Amino acid sequence: MSSLLKITDLHVSVDEKPILKGVSLEIRQGEIHALMGPNGSGKSTLAYTLVGHPKYEVTSGMIEIDGVPLNDLDPCERARLGMFLAFQYPVTIPGVKVADFLRHAVTNIRNPARKEGESLIPMRDFRKELKDRMEELGMDVEFARRYLNEGFSGGEKKRMEILQLAMLQPKFAILDETDSGLDSDAVRVVSEGLRKLAGPQMGVLIITHHERLLEYNVPQFTHVILAGRIVETGDASLAHELHNHGYAAVRQRHPAEAAEEQEHQKVAPKAVAVAH
Amino acid sequence: MTTDVPVLDDEIGVGDYQYGFHDPTDKYVFKSRRGLDRDIVHQISEMKSEPMWMREFRLEALDLFYSKPMPTWGGDMSELDFQNMFYFVKASQGQEKSWDDVPDDIRKTYDRLGIPEAEKKYLAGVKAQYESEVVYGSLQEDLAKQGVIFTDTDSAVRDYPDLVREYFGTVIPSADNKFAALNSAVWSGGSFIYVPKGVKIEFPLQAYFRINTQNMGQFERTLIIVDEGASVHYVEGCTAPTYSSDSLHSAVVEILVKRGGRCRYTTIQNWSNNVYNLVTKRAKAYGDSLMEWVDGNLGSKLTMKYPAIYLMEPGARGETLSIAFAGKGQHQDAGAKMVHCAPYTSSRVISKSISKDGGRAGYRGLVKATHDAHHCKSNVVCDALILDSHSRSDTYPYIEVNHDNLTIEHEASVSKIAEEQLLYLMSRGMSETEASAMIVTGFIEPLVKELPMEYAVEMNRLIELQMEGSVG
Repeated sequence: MSSLLKITDLHVSVDEKPILKGVSLEIRQGEIHALMGPNGSGKSTLAYTLVGHPKYEVTSGMIEIDGVPLNDLDPCERARLGMFLAFQYPVTIPGVKVADFLRHAVTNIRNPARKEGESLIPMRDFRKELKDRMEELGMDVEFARRYLNEGFSGGEKKRMEILQLAMLQPKFAILDETDSGLDSDAVRVVSEGLRKLAGPQMGVLIITHHERLLEYNVPQFTHVILAGRIVETGDASLAHELHNHGYAAVRQRHPAEAAEEQEHQKVAPKAVAVAH
Repeated sequence: MTTDVPVLDDEIGVGDYQYGFHDPTDKYVFKSRRGLDRDIVHQISEMKSEPMWMREFRLEALDLFYSKPMPTWGGDMSELDFQNMFYFVKASQGQEKSWDDVPDDIRKTYDRLGIPEAEKKYLAGVKAQYESEVVYGSLQEDLAKQGVIFTDTDSAVRDYPDLVREYFGTVIPSADNKFAALNSAVWSGGSFIYVPKGVKIEFPLQAYFRINTQNMGQFERTLIIVDEGASVHYVEGCTAPTYSSDSLHSAVVEILVKRGGRCRYTTIQNWSNNVYNLVTKRAKAYGDSLMEWVDGNLGSKLTMKYPAIYLMEPGARGETLSIAFAGKGQHQDAGAKMVHCAPYTSSRVISKSISKDGGRAGYRGLVKATHDAHHCKSNVVCDALILDSHSRSDTYPYIEVNHDNLTIEHEASVSKIAEEQLLYLMSRGMSETEASAMIVTGFIEPLVKELPMEYAVEMNRLIELQMEGSVG
């Protein structure tokens, strides 16, 4: 049976400021969902909340995987249950080699009951697997020896996120603007990479402003978020329409949320930065 | 299995420190009474059947110790009670050449610390000092044949009087500071190494220092002479039982690296949290030689240690890599001194300090150039990582230069583990402890990668032990 990520009436605040105001969403393994919306509408907030960023406080509502509530779990426990976020701004971890980091991560994810200090997956198998995945993504295997994201270009960082996705094979992958800030070649590599990875075993939520990622990975569902609520859900053609015509029509169809959005931006112009 | 290991000190709780066990002391050969005076110094000298010059050296140093005030900087030493210490404790009859001849209790301690195992695998020679004296010593036969001397300093005074007398106390005079004076008065044990011209020792020589008695003062004295074009890597490790009252470790280490020679001195200091570690280490590096201190301070209650390199002739290079990790109740006041006494000399200091659970770690360093030391280069980089809001980091860089014709660079940074870094690693399935340990390991990686593999593994393991259960 395929797994289900279920989000029910989710309310989230950052520094006591409400950002999400009742988001409900169901994603099954094997499905591709797109989440679109103007800046500051709460897309990244949803992404961070799902993986358990401590700054994002769930004030009400529920997140579950196959009926197991995630609300009180830390990011590590959520990851071990199959949640993955490709970060919009991956951080640098100086001195930690990509290969060492990934070997720890892969061991923990594949053996969720592992305690600290217990042995890691065999080096030989791991090396081969890593090398294969890197080649598939067109990455120089030298990257395995570099320090995690240190001195990486924007494109290299995003590719590193996709490599992690490939190695960890989560049940649910959230891609937070993985295609932003990339040149068109890099977008193609990332898009193709994702297409290879997303299969019946993975549910994908793609957060994007662009269409390119969605051309390679056609969503069955497109959700539009405005002022912290999902106001519309459609198919791939909705994403196409938003890309071509922007959000003016959506705002017209949902004047209450549009007004709230304006209010919100007046009161707290910095909320956009926080939501990153 | 449990009958094979020494007594675990259950009453006071050894916590996470895995070397906190202690052995029974009832079979000891000799233990001085508590406290320090001329009689104790006489007694030590008597026990060692020393020549008169050494006894006079000790007594002069004792007067210097009395006359010098306690340092008013660095760490808190108000609880350090010189009259409550044991200054000389002899646990066994003499130094053995085979582990089988070392008394059982003591041998088991070293087994447990993994020393005989390491000796078989990757060491060229070993000295094991237990309390005041060296209880075991070995040196590969071919090195002995090439004229390498690796012995304890007590034996060296007896067996190589000319060499010892020529250099002993010349790099660090007794009058240098209060603790150098104290060591000079009551010193016992330590390593004496002589590497003849052109002899390059491939594998490390290791000394292992163990304090077992409560309120013990350990005062080893090490003298290393690297002759022209020779090279050696010397490693020292230190542990002690966890007691409820304090012990003192106050060593003096003197090194001479002659023209074209090379010496690397690596310390992995892991004393228990009741040891005051107040050590004076200094090297003189001559023409075109290289002296390196690799100084890892993870244990002790208070460490004050600033390994120094005096660059005596053109072409001499000095390098200090320092790691200090201060946990709960610990203060690591570590650092480096580089003294450029000649033109065309260069020095480099890299310091990484980590503090957590209210610990305090800092860098205290000096770069100095004499008036004719032109065309010198010095580069100092110190980075601090603070793991929580109640821990502390300090940086005290001192620069004493009287002219412009040289380059001195100093960079310092202080960082905290960012919430974003923790989130990133945890979102990939790492627990908070594992994630923090990974960040800390990465922080010191530029230094650890300089170590031979075995010591790099040991250093990372100790860091992980320090990190366990520390976050929450």
